[in-house]
Amino acid sequence: MSLQHIEQPVILGDGRLGTDILRLARAASVRLLSRYGILIAFLALWQVSSSTGWVNAAVLPPIDTIVAALWKGLTGGTLLGDIAISLQRAGIAFVAAVVVAIPLGLFMGQVRSVETALDPILQVFRQTSALALYPVFILLLGLGEASKVFVIFWATLFPLLLNTISGVKEVDPKLLEMARVYGATRLTVFRRVVLPGAVPSIFVGLRLSATTALLLLIASEMIGANKGIGFQVMNAQYNFQIPLMFAAIVILAGLGLIANQALVSLQRRLCRWSQPVN
Amino acid sequence: MASPSGAEVSIRDLSKSFSLGGRPLQVLRTLNLDIRSGECLVIVGASGSGKTTLLRILAGLEAADSGGVAIDGKPVDGVGAERAVIFQEPRLLPWLTVLGNVAFGLEVRGVPRQQAQERARFYIALVGLAEFGDAWPRQLSGGMAQRVGIARALTVQPEILLLDEPLGALDAMTKIGMQEELARIWSEENVTMVMVTHDLEEAIYLADRVLILPKEKGGAARLIDVDLPRPRDRSETRFVSYRQELLREFGLH
Repeated sequence: MSLQHIEQPVILGDGRLGTDILRLARAASVRLLSRYGILIAFLALWQVSSSTGWVNAAVLPPIDTIVAALWKGLTGGTLLGDIAISLQRAGIAFVAAVVVAIPLGLFMGQVRSVETALDPILQVFRQTSALALYPVFILLLGLGEASKVFVIFWATLFPLLLNTISGVKEVDPKLLEMARVYGATRLTVFRRVVLPGAVPSIFVGLRLSATTALLLLIASEMIGANKGIGFQVMNAQYNFQIPLMFAAIVILAGLGLIANQALVSLQRRLCRWSQPVN
Repeated sequence: MASPSGAEVSIRDLSKSFSLGGRPLQVLRTLNLDIRSGECLVIVGASGSGKTTLLRILAGLEAADSGGVAIDGKPVDGVGAERAVIFQEPRLLPWLTVLGNVAFGLEVRGVPRQQAQERARFYIALVGLAEFGDAWPRQLSGGMAQRVGIARALTVQPEILLLDEPLGALDAMTKIGMQEELARIWSEENVTMVMVTHDLEEAIYLADRVLILPKEKGGAARLIDVDLPRPRDRSETRFVSYRQELLREFGLH
């Protein structure tokens, strides 16, 4: 709330109720418009140009047709199965990456010799596109679930690992020295100084990894899958079910937004100390 | 709250040099000094004279090349529970509240959290921050943050308090207030205090004795007794003459 609301309290029930509600509604819509105005305008432009025939409605169907296809896919259940299998693939890979990358990153950030020894091979792996390696993974693991989960895991691992390492390495040495002066053991220094100090950087890695996981999910499902949202995008395009294709794309965007939002709120809870006061 | 009486420190033939661009740079040369139990010794010297190095050796954060330090007769080897250090920066952990930061030193030493926080509250009140126990470090001004750092050091009830230019980063007004605060804390806590500063007025305001470290090769360290009643008055004639005496030591009268 702005300061004005403190200085001039809204007085209800003295005959100005109507004008007060109007004023509040106007303030709310101004806030809404300043944040979502351009998005709304974009969707409106799409809707109008498609339904009036300025653009080819077969390629860019009107928003309401896409929403209808989305609704039908979700309530009819055809898309639900795709969402489930896609979430399973991305979820297993992401969790595996978290389980491997965070402990490994914390260890590598602490022990210089391990980091020095592993850094060159990490840099080579990181710079090798996971998509280019996907055929290799298919040869090794077959065309089933294993290769799909593995390629997502592979691509998700590095942003998280590298951010965890840098989070540990960038902890202020002056704070480490302070803890040492109070007689903290290595373990205590790690638990009470290094780990909390690395959390913000780990979250940067988590958010990058979540985005990467969805990207690789779709790419892997476009090759040799018969289920999943990525498969549905390709399949609907082959069969010229364009509204269904867009419905699948909308679901993808939604998953990305939800994943990011979930991580942001988790970070808010864990890092209350770095948030501005409300 | 009960306080231990300050420990005494003896420094014998202490030498330390650093390698600077491949060349050895001698900063401390066979220094001998006895610091009395409960006294306030302030170390001054031009930059490069080794005053911070001396403090870090006393803290156990650096080792001497030769000679050594003993506290109450026991040789110093590394950090110790009878010493606490206040740095130029507050060095607070941003993810702990004021209370959490002040209790940190005790918790690290294995004191149960509740007990540690109870004692921490006492010292938070002592430095005048009783209202701010739940505040986050980022919400504090520079002076307040430094008070938190001071409270954290006091909470472990050290026998020797080592201060490395603790007020160097504060503005002039805050600084004077904090000097008075330090003088009050020192008299209440009965602790041996060793402080490094480059502020000569601060040195005279706080010190029982001022140690002047030489900058040039072959120079000798000098001790000046500050024989003034406390609380001290900065405008008093004798205070001013001590100041002139120190300025002369630096060739700046």
